[in-house]
Amino acid sequence: MSSPSQSKNKRTVWVALTVVVGMFGFGFALVPLYNVFCELTGINGKTGPKYVLQSGELEADLTRVIKVQFVTQNNDSMPWHFKPEIRQVEVHPGEVMQVDFIARNPTSKDMVAQAVPSLSPNEGTDYFHKVECFCFTQQALKAGEETRMPLRFVVDKDLPEYLTKLTLSYTLFDQPINESTAISGDAG
Amino acid sequence: MSAVVENELKEDNHHGPAAGIGRWLFTTNHKDIGSMYLWFSFAMFLVGGCMALTIRAELFQPGLQMMEPGFFNQMTTMHGLIMVFGAVMPAFVGLANWLIPMMIGAPDMALPRMNNWSFWILPFAFTMLLSTLFMEGGAPNFGWTFYAPLSTTYAPPSVTFFIFGVHMMGVSSIMGAINVIATILNMRAPGMSYMKMPLFVWTWLITAFLLIAVMPVLAGVVTMMLMDIHFGTSFFNAAGGGDPVLFQHVFWFFGHPEVYIMILPAFGVVSQIIPTFSRKKLFGYHSMVWATSSIALLSFLVWAHHMFTVGIPLMGELFFMYATMLIAVPTGVKVFNWVATMFKGSITFETPMLFSIAFVILFSIGGFSGLMLAIAPSDFQYHDTYFVVAHFHYVLVPGAIFGIFAAVYYWLPKWCGNMYSETLGKAHFWLSFVGMNLAFFPMHFLGLAGMPRRIPDYALQFADFNWISSIGAFMFGFTQLLFLYIVIHTIRSGKKATAAVWESAEGLEWTIPSPAPYHTFTTPPEVK
Repeated sequence: MSSPSQSKNKRTVWVALTVVVGMFGFGFALVPLYNVFCELTGINGKTGPKYVLQSGELEADLTRVIKVQFVTQNNDSMPWHFKPEIRQVEVHPGEVMQVDFIARNPTSKDMVAQAVPSLSPNEGTDYFHKVECFCFTQQALKAGEETRMPLRFVVDKDLPEYLTKLTLSYTLFDQPINESTAISGDAG
Repeated sequence: MSAVVENELKEDNHHGPAAGIGRWLFTTNHKDIGSMYLWFSFAMFLVGGCMALTIRAELFQPGLQMMEPGFFNQMTTMHGLIMVFGAVMPAFVGLANWLIPMMIGAPDMALPRMNNWSFWILPFAFTMLLSTLFMEGGAPNFGWTFYAPLSTTYAPPSVTFFIFGVHMMGVSSIMGAINVIATILNMRAPGMSYMKMPLFVWTWLITAFLLIAVMPVLAGVVTMMLMDIHFGTSFFNAAGGGDPVLFQHVFWFFGHPEVYIMILPAFGVVSQIIPTFSRKKLFGYHSMVWATSSIALLSFLVWAHHMFTVGIPLMGELFFMYATMLIAVPTGVKVFNWVATMFKGSITFETPMLFSIAFVILFSIGGFSGLMLAIAPSDFQYHDTYFVVAHFHYVLVPGAIFGIFAAVYYWLPKWCGNMYSETLGKAHFWLSFVGMNLAFFPMHFLGLAGMPRRIPDYALQFADFNWISSIGAFMFGFTQLLFLYIVIHTIRSGKKATAAVWESAEGLEWTIPSPAPYHTFTTPPEVK
């Protein structure tokens, strides 16, 4: 093989390897890209982080009534009892509402849980603001302990006209205790 | 003809192959490595085929006859993985090794040592993958698509071996692809411009680009699984803030181009064979090249059509539905070009041509069922049913596999210097053709009637079609032993083939003697 073709090969290999490394990186970049994309479009039902109310926002729009429904479910093998105190509330947009969720650890060992919310229809995710939510932190319950966990929310006055009902679903996940010892302090 | 003599004289100055096992372990010769790839892939084809027959034996009758459902799941998973990564892909790399240097007038692949390495990784990768069958907890049982969390939280312990196996296959394919790219870009004989390259070379060049683009994504997704399983990350674990649906996005971003990786080289093969036996030039060479390129580009924009039912928004469903249907346009161009090549040709029906014609017809059927699946609202009905199984077996068996068979019959006389038996070849074709259609056509009806895929037992109303399907599968499977016999018999004692082999085959590979000497084109040929 002549040397000019060898140096051309070397260049081709380097370019190809750059593509390979770049695409390996791109595979991982899909993870944050996916989250950003879902956040921007709200299509994954992912609700935003803690919402800070601005003054003047609190005047409720009394002409509209929105039904907000709560659904709870346990992830596979999660033994806690977990339910909302009320399945459905009616709110006016702009009105702050508090609903408590009741969780009980029926087992004989201390456990830590994480609730993950999802809202549907996804067109509503940008207009459902959680002022306070137990899902922002992990929940630690001692064996047999029961607790009431608050959710304070406000439905945005800009909620599209055609939406009259929002369903908020929480899935409760078991957190292995060794991972969560650091967090259990502020969760309790 | 003078080129032939010249080449032959030059060969005498070169040493031939080394003796003994060392020849195969240390070889850097593209022909040796090509043969090893092809034999390896045939061995994997038989292993994966045995798993397919295990599946079909269980499904012969309703009820559980032969195995635990867990073992059935291991069989479906391993069958898919072995056929995709062990049989189809290495077979095409083997063909690339044998043919690309001879077609472009190069003495060897551009990176011969890496070539040796990329082959010898494979036996280790598949030994590792197959060894999981004997491990505690059994082999991977989560389907060849290994959706998280089935493949992470609920996976058997052997999943780690599966992950490293996939890493190794990926490294092997990436090295093979880089080699193909370097060979085609840098090693063409003088005068061999891009638009003079045989279509097999073109389709492989495009395939190689797809490979280096998406195999790293596959490596990435299994690495994320590894980290989720062993290092406490939560890429796909909702409890830790991850998302299982993300897995499907990343997987299919690899997975959809992957299906074109498995079919584009077969497009190239039939584009070589159909003109030869129609005794006409290939119709629409340029449009073939553009069609192949646009299929490859579009393949990056359609991945979510595998995920219509996971809950993607309406706009997404529409986008992926229309983008998918758009692929039918360049594919249609190719099919029409093949038909137009045959139109008014003086056709003879030697075995490679039979396989190629069957390819065009049956691959089109697979394409049409693909279009049905592309329609998002109807996909909600078909999703995860046997209709999907029928669809992808129609594009892979008479698509990829028939393409490989056609290539082997077409170039075998060049490789080993002997003609295969036309009678046995035709018997192999017809038995494969009938067996394959018996096995997979009834699956369309099963799927439309609602039989889910990946189940070891089924409701009584599905019994008849499953019975037919199993008969066809066994017929197709055992026919492949005849293929093995034909190949061995040809190598050992077929009648001598001429240098040109076929009456009107075109291309540089037909200018060298049969069997092709150990070293060819050490002086580049002139291409006019």
